[in-house]
Amino acid sequence: MGLILEVKNMTKDFGGLRALDRLDIDVAEGEIVALIGPNGAGKTTFFNCITGIYAPTQGDVLVTPYGKKQERINGLKPNHVTEKGLARTFQNIRLFANMTVLENVMIGRHCRSSSGILGAIFRNRKTVSEEKKIVKDSYTILEKIGLTTYVNEFAKNLPYGAQRRLEIARAMATDPFLLLLDEPAAGMNVRETEELDELIVRIRDEEQISILLIEHDMKLVMSLSDRIFVMDYGKKIAQGAPAEIQNDPVVIKAYLGEDIDA
Amino acid sequence: MIKFSEIKKSLLISIWFMFLTFPIIVIRVNPTEKIIEWRWHNIMLVGIGSFFISYIWRYFLERKELGEQKAKAGEEAKISVIRKTLSNPQNFKPAMIAVGVLAVVFPFVFSIYQTNIMITALMYVMLGLGLNIVVGLAGLLDLGYVAFYAVGAYSYALLNYHFGIGFWTALPIGGALAAIFGIILGFPVLRLRGDYLAIVTLGFGEIIRIILENWNEFSFGPSGIANIPRPGFLGMKLSLEYSIIYMYFLMIGLTLFTIFVVNRLQDSRIGRAWIALREDEVACQAMGIDKTKTKLTAFSLGATWAGMVGVIFAAKTTFINPASFTVWESIIILCIVVLGGMGSVVGVIVGAFILMLLPEYLIAFSDYRMLIFGAILVTMMVFRPGGIISTVRRTYQFKDETSERKN
Ligand SMILES: Nc1ncnc2c1ncn2[C@@H]1O[C@H](COP(=O)(O)OP(=O)(O)O)[C@@H](O)[C@H]1O
Ligand SMILES: [Mg+2]
Repeated sequence: MGLILEVKNMTKDFGGLRALDRLDIDVAEGEIVALIGPNGAGKTTFFNCITGIYAPTQGDVLVTPYGKKQERINGLKPNHVTEKGLARTFQNIRLFANMTVLENVMIGRHCRSSSGILGAIFRNRKTVSEEKKIVKDSYTILEKIGLTTYVNEFAKNLPYGAQRRLEIARAMATDPFLLLLDEPAAGMNVRETEELDELIVRIRDEEQISILLIEHDMKLVMSLSDRIFVMDYGKKIAQGAPAEIQNDPVVIKAYLGEDIDA
Repeated sequence: MIKFSEIKKSLLISIWFMFLTFPIIVIRVNPTEKIIEWRWHNIMLVGIGSFFISYIWRYFLERKELGEQKAKAGEEAKISVIRKTLSNPQNFKPAMIAVGVLAVVFPFVFSIYQTNIMITALMYVMLGLGLNIVVGLAGLLDLGYVAFYAVGAYSYALLNYHFGIGFWTALPIGGALAAIFGIILGFPVLRLRGDYLAIVTLGFGEIIRIILENWNEFSFGPSGIANIPRPGFLGMKLSLEYSIIYMYFLMIGLTLFTIFVVNRLQDSRIGRAWIALREDEVACQAMGIDKTKTKLTAFSLGATWAGMVGVIFAAKTTFINPASFTVWESIIILCIVVLGGMGSVVGVIVGAFILMLLPEYLIAFSDYRMLIFGAILVTMMVFRPGGIISTVRRTYQFKDETSERKN
């Protein structure tokens, strides 16, 4: 199957700090790909550069939505990247704390709906039916993620694991073909992590959404991913199937904290 | 619950306070007779007063923190009495009827003077609801709101002066012009947030006022514009008394219209986008919301109400000059929103009535109005940051929700 995300030669400088150094990463349709590396390796920065939150210093981001033509998306604003079909979650949870769980997901539907101010005031038939559909679609997503118990709860009142899952639900509501998950299992207990494992596989299989995830939990990474990219100091130091990565001496060195340039 | 450490802290605070206020409270220089009067008894009063205030303050603060801990520990949160009475549908209908009847008979029961005060209060309800879109929903701290109020007022006054345009035509024009100004102001401040936004909008508000004050050929400067006609009724000119009653009902109608629109907006696709923008700008954009568009609609829709109230203000007072549009106006409107409850329609209405009617009826305190404002606001921010009536979000019912609960 074809590549849906191709990142070529991605470089990002913060002043004198090179956070990303000529990175090449790709994801094929239907894959679960993991991006791992020690803290500060530049993984989150990489996500921010693809999703338009940062402008990369150099490099190209090419996406191919399922069955469509390839497009360059670097330089687009975050909301336009989302419209193209890339959705993400955040390492430090960024939910809309004072909105209900359902409303959080409904925000995800924003870019797939169109009614404006006049529609809101006059509640014409089109707006009403669109609004109904937003509610219905959002609820369906909550059912899939298993958050319906909390529908009308404020997002800030949810337990931690549920907040992480709500971030996934919200991202799914934007109809992505590629979901970028930034440390989705961080702070979860063993049982929650196992549920997350199942959930991610289910999203891939049932929703046909490909997945690129950053994760530190090696058990989760090894069981989930089809391919793994390893980063250190902004550079890609290895890539391959889980079994190859596990035994790669360069990767082991990086994780043990030795100087890899030596 | 008298704790020694608390008393000690309050004691320290009162000593510090006595020290701070010493020069102005104790020493009085009489320049003509060249003597210094030492009023030692005053410092005792300051000391005792600040001790008790600080002690009570700490006591309530502690109780509040205790309450928060309880809520976190999973105990059922106490629902405030106001919320309970409000949400009870049995109370809702009679209350609505009572308010409605009172609103209708008000101008016939009370004097013209009282009706006039009520018109002003309703104007501030509208202003508060408009600013609530910008500050309460979209989270953009706008301190230059009065500029749009001025735009509305001057557009009616000038259009009437030059072209004889009437109130009813000027009302939508004033709103539309203010909306355009909202967008003009919105563009340069798109990247700003919080304090920075507040400072720039404050500046913008002052710029408009200073232009009006100095551009004599355009706005007639500080002397203002007089003889602005009151709204006529079907082309008839009304006597002063009838015209005030007429304006009163006009305001009731417009306020209801505002409540209706704001209510619909805040549960719409656009309204949710505003709230998402307030909650987290980065996440909001990452979820596909156009930040620029969302901010500009908030600014311009908020400004529209200010523009319309501006037209009404010009018609009500029949005379306007730049002195009516100082930064104080912006701050009072902001106080209404913050005190009432940011983002809450009922809260803003309650806030507007409290802040507008209390000073009118407590004339005795009118000298200390700003002082009391300040004290109330600080106390509110500490003990009830959500405002008198905090927002409730719409809840949605689903048929299979109960069956879902099991898994
Ligand atoms: N906005 C920023 N400004 C300056 N430096 C940054 C910024 N964001 C990240 N960095 C730096 O880039 C490096 C990579 O950070 P990050 O992408 O968060 O790592 P990871 O997600 O892999 O733990 C770190 O050294 C970090 O300090
Ligand atoms: Mg990170």
